Amino acid sequence: MAVCIAVIAKENYPLYIRCSANVEDELKFHFTVHTSLDVVEEKISSTGKTSTAGAPDMREFYLGQLYPSEDYRIYGYVTNTKVKFVMVVEASNTQIRDNDVRSMFRRLHNAYTSVVCNPFYILGSNISSKAFEKVVAGMIVDEQKKELFT
Amino acid sequence: MTDNASGVLFDLLHSQLVAYIYSTIDNKNKGVSQLESLGFRVGVSLGEQLTKDLPRFRDELEVMKFICRDFWSSLYQKQVDNLRTNHQGVYVLQDNAFKLLTHISVGKQYLDCAPRYLALSCGLIRGVLSNLGVKSVVTSEVISMPSAKFQIMVQRT
Repeated sequence: MAVCIAVIAKENYPLYIRCSANVEDELKFHFTVHTSLDVVEEKISSTGKTSTAGAPDMREFYLGQLYPSEDYRIYGYVTNTKVKFVMVVEASNTQIRDNDVRSMFRRLHNAYTSVVCNPFYILGSNISSKAFEKVVAGMIVDEQKKELFT
Repeated sequence: MTDNASGVLFDLLHSQLVAYIYSTIDNKNKGVSQLESLGFRVGVSLGEQLTKDLPRFRDELEVMKFICRDFWSSLYQKQVDNLRTNHQGVYVLQDNAFKLLTHISVGKQYLDCAPRYLALSCGLIRGVLSNLGVKSVVTSEVISMPSAKFQIMVQRT
């Protein structure tokens, strides 16, 4: 379960950002996501030059711990169309595994594709589709819900 | 079997779309550009869908190869017959039996109507390329039905 999910367009402006219920941290997440874009760019351009590696470059990759001092892990995913998905997860959340993150990104990608195929969606504008919101809501950890289980 | 069915559907729908556009517009010269911009939007969505499961493209040539193989076969159930390039941003795709023209004629009959049947496909190619980060201008040429040539000029800044 992520704390923040962002979809960033090819031209590096956000198409969609959604954080979990803590409102005061929201700006910090915006900033975190924005700075992680630099690392994303670096990874995209560097893999173009490395000709070693037998396996073809898959589209997903991990940024690992961008800010070791803060307690967040940031994951990134790039599609062929240069749309980036960024996910922020609490470092204290040790249950989340690599495969979980990969499958979450896959679902995000499928949801995003559905949004683009919708003829009412204007390319490059903010995503306001309810179906997409539902998919994202299923992935964001909700503070109120957490309390129900403890 | 399902491939064939969707191919036939697209062919018939496309010819009707061209007829509809030309019957409803006021200025006959705008028909081609309208069809081309239609194709552009569809191309963007199609590009998003088709590249979802493919590994990342390394360079422009790989993008062109994707267009010639996967993209063409998903639309027209065949691959492009010939791809030529001058390595300076101009690519020419040649299809000797372009699916949307095969039912119209063989040879020179109806040659002057051919451009309107290729406009949507030009837009489709431009849309996919633009979504993959390649800005281009796509034009088409028919010398003898049903063989069609698409010329892609990549705009490099």
